[in-house]
Amino acid sequence: MPIPIYQGERLEVVCVRERFPNAIIRVKEYRDDTFICVDRESIADVATFLRDDERLQYTYFVECTCVDYSSWPHERDLPGRFEVIYNLYSLKYRSRIFLKIGVDDGQEVPTLVGVYPGAEYPEREVWDLYGVRFRGHPKLHRFLLPDDWVGHPLRKDFPLGGEDVVFAQNTVGPAVEDESVPHAGESFEGRTGSEDVSGR
Amino acid sequence: MKEQTFMPSTETLFERTSDTTMIMNMGPQHPSTHGVLRVVLELEGETVVNLDCQIGYLHTGMEKEGEYQQYLKCVTMTDRMDYLSANGNNLVYSLAVEKLLDIEIPPRGQALRVMLAELSRIASHCVWLGTHALDLGAMTPFFWIFREREKILDMFEMFSGVRMMPSWIVPGGLRGDMPEGFEEKLRAFLKEFSPALEEVEGLLVSNPIWKERTIGVGVMTAEEALAYGCSGPIARAAGLAFDLRKSNPYCGYELYDFAIPVASNGDVYDRFLVRLAEMRESVKILQQVIDGLPEGPWSSSDRKVVPPPREELDTSMESLIHHFKLWTEGFAPPVGEAYAAIEGPKGELGCYIVSDGSNKPYRFHMRPSSFMNLQALRPMSIGHLIADVVAIIGSIDIVLGEIDR
Repeated sequence: MPIPIYQGERLEVVCVRERFPNAIIRVKEYRDDTFICVDRESIADVATFLRDDERLQYTYFVECTCVDYSSWPHERDLPGRFEVIYNLYSLKYRSRIFLKIGVDDGQEVPTLVGVYPGAEYPEREVWDLYGVRFRGHPKLHRFLLPDDWVGHPLRKDFPLGGEDVVFAQNTVGPAVEDESVPHAGESFEGRTGSEDVSGR
Repeated sequence: MKEQTFMPSTETLFERTSDTTMIMNMGPQHPSTHGVLRVVLELEGETVVNLDCQIGYLHTGMEKEGEYQQYLKCVTMTDRMDYLSANGNNLVYSLAVEKLLDIEIPPRGQALRVMLAELSRIASHCVWLGTHALDLGAMTPFFWIFREREKILDMFEMFSGVRMMPSWIVPGGLRGDMPEGFEEKLRAFLKEFSPALEEVEGLLVSNPIWKERTIGVGVMTAEEALAYGCSGPIARAAGLAFDLRKSNPYCGYELYDFAIPVASNGDVYDRFLVRLAEMRESVKILQQVIDGLPEGPWSSSDRKVVPPPREELDTSMESLIHHFKLWTEGFAPPVGEAYAAIEGPKGELGCYIVSDGSNKPYRFHMRPSSFMNLQALRPMSIGHLIADVVAIIGSIDIVLGEIDR
């Protein structure tokens, strides 16, 4: 059963707009996917509504992830440095919807752990790798990285290959803040992986 | 150099609920944690009160690395995530890139992709079956089923020259056609596999010790499973007939006749039965693929994405230019974002790519099924004995390479 379309808009968009008139910033359609850009503070309410509404039944939390748009050269969907993307799935219509929120450095996002318990790990990962803080999350500490790691490596200003080499003796890699470090993976622009990138 | 601590203190994970409980480490070097997973358990006697998983021991930053690789080179990164079903990872990445590029793959390419993905599913389930049984003390199934897996890996070697990390499915199609002699090999394998699986099943399905260890252990309901982001066999064992191959078909899965195995209790034993039945269904799909394999090209004819065949380079200047451009610069999808998902052996496997119009992904993210499924370990284990945690980890079927990326 495909998702019903009303006046060119999907049922979810119509329902969310009806329930939360001010929450939707814009709706983006790209390659048959629908991205609803919502206000940051209302994300938990919108997700609860999508989950509980009888017409929609978005009960399956697929994942959430984040993108750092700080070096993005094109037009953006949302203000703020980061975008957090929630991916939900409805078994009723076999359809997928994406919710997007914009968040800046230092701002907090309401957690979805209370709505979907499955949001715990992906939100922890997003905090670990991007430094986006989730308000009300029960365990927001290092997850994939060691406890004493400095910085958030998936940010665009974090250099690739710039971390300390742990198992080599008497060597110190460049500091995280040092932005002049070349990126080791850039092979086409003339830099190769064999170049001495760690300043040793 | 500053000192790094690799074993963080357990105090950061959770508070003890009472004075009579004990905090205990399982892993990261425990043989039944399937890699390097550290489970911190709070125990009341032998009963699990609370637990938390510590991951990241295999974290290699593949998502970061992927942002610095051209689209074609990024494929090799995906193999190394879920290394037990590398073809599935290649496939979902290729589907995401193709969605950005908006290109179609010819029917033969689709069928070959289905074939590789289903072979991968069987290989992955073989490893699961062997190790799961090994965890619970049954050693024979491991050796018997790994014999079958070897045959699949040999077939991957025929295709690509590599057993575990073929990278044979790439954006735009495949790296090449089915090799000569493959069809006979596959047919022989399909004939041998079902009896071999029956043999292993005979050791376990009605084995009283096996049933004692698995029935009623690690129960998860369908609603819980979905809310925890669990898909695949975990959801199906709880009674949900949810399979992306049926609900949102890709690569022409709608052309094949197969069933979604479903169980009702959602315990370790049901997940075991569901996976066994899935292997049978995969055999059915493979039989249909090989019987009705369409003729024709196996890759898209879009020369901006797929390199021209070698013989064209001698006669066509345009082909030579395309060849040169593709192997130096690569291709650049239009600006946008795309998420593609497939039904991997462990559940929904997704890939999210943001393109800024350059020849490298701006953001490359995999939605690993094991990572989300691992969250189910806590609700499943609480109230059970410590020995059952081992059975539950085995039944979730995790691959740490995929969880840590």
